[in-house]
Amino acid sequence: MTDVLGNPPPPSDSLAVLEKQRSTAETFGIPLAVLLEITHRCPLQCPYCSNPVELDRSTKELTTDEWKKVLGELAEIGVLQVHFSGGEPTARKDLVELVRHASDVGLYTNLITSAVLLTRAKLGELADAGLCHVQISFQGIEEGLTDRVAGYKGGHRKKLEVAKWTRELDLPLTVNAVMHRQNLHQLPEIIQMAVDLDADRLEVANVQYYGWALKNRAALMPTVAQLDECTRLVEEARERLKGTLAIDYVVPDYYALRPKKCMGGWGRQFFNISPAGKVLPCHAAESITGLEFESVRSNHSIAWIWQNSEAFNRYRGTGWMKEPCKSCEFREIDFGGCRCQAYALTGDAANTDPACALSPLHETIFKQAEAEAEGETNRFLYRNFAGGTLESENGA
Amino acid sequence: MAGPRHISVSEASRPVLPRHAKLKYDETRKVWVILAPERVLAPDEIAVEVLQLCNGERSVGDVSDQLAAKYTAPREAILTDVIAMLQDLADKGFLTEAREKTS
Repeated sequence: MTDVLGNPPPPSDSLAVLEKQRSTAETFGIPLAVLLEITHRCPLQCPYCSNPVELDRSTKELTTDEWKKVLGELAEIGVLQVHFSGGEPTARKDLVELVRHASDVGLYTNLITSAVLLTRAKLGELADAGLCHVQISFQGIEEGLTDRVAGYKGGHRKKLEVAKWTRELDLPLTVNAVMHRQNLHQLPEIIQMAVDLDADRLEVANVQYYGWALKNRAALMPTVAQLDECTRLVEEARERLKGTLAIDYVVPDYYALRPKKCMGGWGRQFFNISPAGKVLPCHAAESITGLEFESVRSNHSIAWIWQNSEAFNRYRGTGWMKEPCKSCEFREIDFGGCRCQAYALTGDAANTDPACALSPLHETIFKQAEAEAEGETNRFLYRNFAGGTLESENGA
Repeated sequence: MAGPRHISVSEASRPVLPRHAKLKYDETRKVWVILAPERVLAPDEIAVEVLQLCNGERSVGDVSDQLAAKYTAPREAILTDVIAMLQDLADKGFLTEAREKTS
């Protein structure tokens, strides 16, 4: 039995293509899984939200029929799984209909949710519609901290309730825990919470610093000591809970020496579709200004966009690289790291991701992160459609 | 609940794929796959054959009998391989057992 995935990868690129990968777009296989960000609306305001800072308004969202057409097309070209995500996917009134349609066309469906809008009845309807798996995000283990991080009162209690319903409905559960300086001390209890909730998987996902998270970096960046302890705890728990709870682990790449193979390489194994129907190489790609992304509303098929569009081909393979990537022996291993991070931190997406020790900026950025981690800034800039709201001094 | 954790596969087990692990022929790539939460596994031909026989009624012993007869191969060797393959799947959380056990 081959696990196509190999070692547990970051959640965002956890499915690889089955085909042997080649470097030209024409021969690229269609990804096994596609992330559908069906809305950017969300009752939570997490300061590390992976959505772009410029959110799509509800008026721009694809209609029910447009999403159904997308689902049919995805199944036809060989996509096997879809992740209904957001924003908060349950904020869309047609979610049950979309899940049912996805099941009807043969897609395996995952729901990635904050859970706070779900009722027992709605979850039952989703299960009946063919939903295969539920992933619930948690911000910590107790109300005080988690409701503050999410900027939403009563959220934590609701999540626990929905997690229980999920298992009662015989659906597999993944607990997604986004970790940062202000909640890493709760990791041992978060692991235990996942076991107590009878989760199958736990994602210990350290914040990745793009978009909203980059704006909040000073309030979120862990210290090196915290991160070392986090790694130790994950390794210990993986061993202890083998066969009970699978743990995926994502580290913040600022403290790495080698950059991550972001998205498995640009345009190699992953794409997502934004609420407005843009087909994107990663959920942060719209942060790279100057790139034009094709929409499912255009005359092009999704397969054409994946294989031929300018944006997907721009950073595919290694031809676009500059030094030190260009002649680097690791160029086909990590593909120069993350394009969005390179753009955000250096102003040019074709530069080496500064997470790489070979980037001329690595040292500066590492030192900056370290200084921020030791700093006193704990106030969040909450995510919203207004461009963010700063947490009040007394934390509310 | 999706079956007990820590399934230990033996000759008497009557395993079956849980609802959330779907064995499917991928028409695009011309291979069998197991779809699981945020995972796609690529079982080999023998694993596919074993899983198609695992319906929650047949025991691992029954499955091994059938394969031994079909391939005129030593049953003990087949049993060992079948248990190892199923245990691997169980450890990944993608195998369950029929609830009512005949003892």
